[in-house]
Amino acid sequence: MLQTNAGNLSPLVSLAGMGVRRQGRWLVRDVDFSIAPGEIVTLIGPNGSGKSTTAKAAIGVFRPDEGRVERRAGLRVGYVPQKLAIDWTMPLTVERLMTLTGPLKGAETEAALAATGIAHLARAEVQHLSGGEFQRALLARAIARKPDLLVLDEPVQGVDFSGEIALYDLIKTIRNRTGCGILLISHDLHVVMAETDTVICLNGHVCCRGTPETVSRSEEYRQLFGVRASETLAFYSHHHDHTHLPDGRVLHADGSITDSCRPDDGHHEQVLPNGRAGPMRIVHAHGPDCACGHDHGPAEGSEAAEARRDV
Amino acid sequence: MFDDFFIRALAAGIGLALTVGPLGCFVVWRRMAYFGDTMAHSALLGVALSLLMELNLTLSVFAVATAVSLLLLLLQKRGTLSTDALLGILSHATLAVGLVIVSFMTWVRIDLVGFLFGDILAVSLADVQLVWGGGILVLFAVIRLWRPLVASTVNPELAAAEGLEPEKARLAFMLLMALVIAIAMKIVGILLITSLLIIPAATARRFARSPETMATAASVIGALAVAGGLFGSLKFDTPSGPSIVVAALALFIASLVSKAGTRVADQSGTSQGGRA
Repeated sequence: MLQTNAGNLSPLVSLAGMGVRRQGRWLVRDVDFSIAPGEIVTLIGPNGSGKSTTAKAAIGVFRPDEGRVERRAGLRVGYVPQKLAIDWTMPLTVERLMTLTGPLKGAETEAALAATGIAHLARAEVQHLSGGEFQRALLARAIARKPDLLVLDEPVQGVDFSGEIALYDLIKTIRNRTGCGILLISHDLHVVMAETDTVICLNGHVCCRGTPETVSRSEEYRQLFGVRASETLAFYSHHHDHTHLPDGRVLHADGSITDSCRPDDGHHEQVLPNGRAGPMRIVHAHGPDCACGHDHGPAEGSEAAEARRDV
Repeated sequence: MFDDFFIRALAAGIGLALTVGPLGCFVVWRRMAYFGDTMAHSALLGVALSLLMELNLTLSVFAVATAVSLLLLLLQKRGTLSTDALLGILSHATLAVGLVIVSFMTWVRIDLVGFLFGDILAVSLADVQLVWGGGILVLFAVIRLWRPLVASTVNPELAAAEGLEPEKARLAFMLLMALVIAIAMKIVGILLITSLLIIPAATARRFARSPETMATAASVIGALAVAGGLFGSLKFDTPSGPSIVVAALALFIASLVSKAGTRVADQSGTSQGGRA
């Protein structure tokens, strides 16, 4: 069980019925998933849906208040947090940032910086980097330590669109080369999807999950990336059978309202994913706040995405 | 010219400055200046309790400073008031309670000014030994804990995710601060301890390219400030504790003035100071 070679497919981390509670409120509940070596799992969902919380529970930053989180013994984690502000008072070069949590050989540092395209910034102070450069530095730091599990919380924030694709390509390359598992958090479904094995849509609980359609891996699709039109391509089509009301309660397709959304509460017609074969078909009742990432129509998803791109 | 008491003062002061350099950097990086002040102020309560219960002064101050920092952690977890307000309460409450207890003990005469502003010229050989012994202990611990401390200063969750136990580092840091305050009290006094932590570290920031160089530079600058302050105090017959702080301030101002020159040098060649 304690083999560490990439061929060992016992999960790196597995969550069962995991929930985190803060100040009497469940931030996230009933989360089940596992990450195998070489697998890319993507968490998507609106703000406050518990994506970061789930990731932090998975790697042991938060202790779960219910359920179980099991990590493989000696699991080596590389983590890119969502927010990281380095106080101006701390002098820190990119080079020094690389060895923040553990020693590295010079060659390892150089390789990681070269892989993320910032080798020329090794001696720059991190406070002087642009947002995109800083994200690359953080990613370089996380991969340089050769982790078994790479956890990336919105790793492309502040990176321009072409850089975004390059970084996702890099993430895929890292997975292919090292066989590490990757837990990715993103709001940007369209780009992420192509490399992802499993998508988990969170909204305080697991709304739905599945594998992206094979079409997203095709060359044609990749060519569409540079074009705005790609954003209307909802290749991961799934439907929700419930709506989250503003007060946190849940309106189900059958018209009933409950305080939370539990798979076993009898209001769901079909819950489980049906795997790689195709999109999930769960009876549909969408709310405006669902924001699970797929195309809700012209009003919401695509405009938000465009606004992001324009930054 | 060097009387024996002056050598002792110099030895104690420089030993202390070398010790507090790295800790002062963490105080600056973690924005804990007010926290350091609070722990320092609580030292007077430690003094009062040690007199009241006839305990060892250093141990008593260390225990009270530790208790106050743990109390702060506890209150922070309950989350009803901001850390800022909690520090304000603890800081002045412990100082005031200490003063009140001292005033009750009419049978002891204590040199309150000595505790508040330090009396470095009165340090005994035992004090010098305490400073150096304690200082070596503190520095050894800081070096052992360096990576978790720096990593959790940058981001505690990152440190936790990658197995560095930031909570342990934080606790250890608080204990080290309490120890340093217990040691430093006699030398610069309760009200000026934080300045010896912060001013050399802030000065060092101008010249440092890495956390390690900043910590080392803070120690050296602190030692220079102690030496300068003591010589000044001897020459101009000024109180020694405040003179040390004034010397540190002078170095800080000098670093601000030289900043423009440093910036130009930085731009023309990043290799300068890049190593180490």
